[in-house]
Amino acid sequence: MNVADAAKPRLTAKARLKWDAVRQKHLLLFPEGVLLLNQTAHDVLALCDGRRSVAEIVQTLAAQYRGAAIDADVKAILSRLAEKSFVAMDN
Amino acid sequence: MQTQRPFSLLCELTYRCPLQCPYCSNPLDFARRAHELSTPEWKRALTEAAALGVVQAHFSGGEPLLRPDATEIIRHAHDLELYTNLSTGGTLLTETLAGQLRAAGLDSLQVSIQDADAENSDRMAGGAPSFAKKIEAARLAKAAGLSLTLNVVLQRQNIGRMEAIIALAEQLGAERLELANTQFNGWALKNRAALLPTRAQVQDAARLARAARERLKGRMEILYVLPDYFEPFPKACLHGWGRVFMAVAPDGTALPCQTAREIRGLTFDNVRERSLQKIWFESEAFCKFRGTDWLPEPCRSCSRKEADFGGCRCQAFLLTGEAAATDPACSLAPRHDLVDRALAETEAATEAQLIYRTANASLRISEAGQPIGSIGSRRRQTPKLPGPRE
Ligand code: SF4
Ligand code: SF4
Repeated sequence: MNVADAAKPRLTAKARLKWDAVRQKHLLLFPEGVLLLNQTAHDVLALCDGRRSVAEIVQTLAAQYRGAAIDADVKAILSRLAEKSFVAMDN
Repeated sequence: MQTQRPFSLLCELTYRCPLQCPYCSNPLDFARRAHELSTPEWKRALTEAAALGVVQAHFSGGEPLLRPDATEIIRHAHDLELYTNLSTGGTLLTETLAGQLRAAGLDSLQVSIQDADAENSDRMAGGAPSFAKKIEAARLAKAAGLSLTLNVVLQRQNIGRMEAIIALAEQLGAERLELANTQFNGWALKNRAALLPTRAQVQDAARLARAARERLKGRMEILYVLPDYFEPFPKACLHGWGRVFMAVAPDGTALPCQTAREIRGLTFDNVRERSLQKIWFESEAFCKFRGTDWLPEPCRSCSRKEADFGGCRCQAFLLTGEAAATDPACSLAPRHDLVDRALAETEAATEAQLIYRTANASLRISEAGQPIGSIGSRRRQTPKLPGPRE
């Protein structure tokens, strides 16, 4: 799925982020399933508030990761999650 | 290998139900198991589950909304930071109740329909006409801002109407459509002759599901799992026995799978008497078929054993009488002929009579000394759980 710089991603109603204190892992929860998130996927999702644009999310994370080139990574993660309808892209 | 902790808990709040689906996976003798857990008992079970590592609570039945405390129990699960999911037949949902569920933090609501039109849906559900109320329930859920899944159990009598079912789900604005092929345990096994689809029907349905999934990508998620009778190898039932999933029946019996009570000879613990933690790690029922050490041949030397764990224990027991047998759905199973024969009969079948899930039928069947005691959510509500994915 195409991810535009101006799109403003947010979690859909069925999806929820959770810090699993028992397993010490970030999870994405949805009806009848669990996704174990790696750090990057979690950091991206944590910024998907429907207000920030994709470009802003990339910028914020690049700063957090000391300037690493993460544009493609962020878009790939969002694209995959949008296909599963965990993330919606409002323009 | 260290035993991992469960992710998911199914709470079957009650076996009572206004509907009578002939594929219900409640136990055949549900009418004899009426002693339901109280509100504090459910809350305690949920608290123990969260401490054990459960992150999702699914509420089903019977009709869970027959319990006046359903909202209170869901709120408790939400306060424990569990993801909450409610499966209902929809007939009891009101605007007020939908609002209360939303306020209680319900994350996902699943409404079951039996078909895409009133006449067929009502005939399959039995009891008083329900279709119009179900459609209204779906609307109320959307209006309350709940995330809506439409659930349909596929069987011979509705699988030819997939296109209409998908169109209805779109029209209702469902975020997900779950097309669950009937799992032939409990009531469904009793009615197999009337419910088992033909191979051509299953292949058509799979094609339609794939096309719709592609077309609706990003708008509506479509779940369609091929039924195990039609595949060469079984699926890992619930990702393996005692690996990620646990069910608690209305009377507090803790089960590795919602239909595991089909297996006679296994002993199950009750949450009234032992903690979920102890039950998960130590009880006979959970330990018996966990992992792969107990597997018989041909599974023991099969390369797929870590993927499917020898298939479904309930199915193995119900079809062969041996819970530890290779699932007959597997093409390599010594008793695969049992499944082949059922399929051949279906291809040749004319119509067969349905036995509806009524209290009378339950008492009659369980009195007659038939295999009794599948405890389960109906498959219309919770089929296979997708497990944790990395
Ligand atoms: S033989 Fe056993 S392990 Fe191999 S595919 Fe069949 S059920 Fe699975
Ligand atoms: S084998 Fe597993 S999934 Fe299948 S009915 Fe039994 S417990 Fe359920």
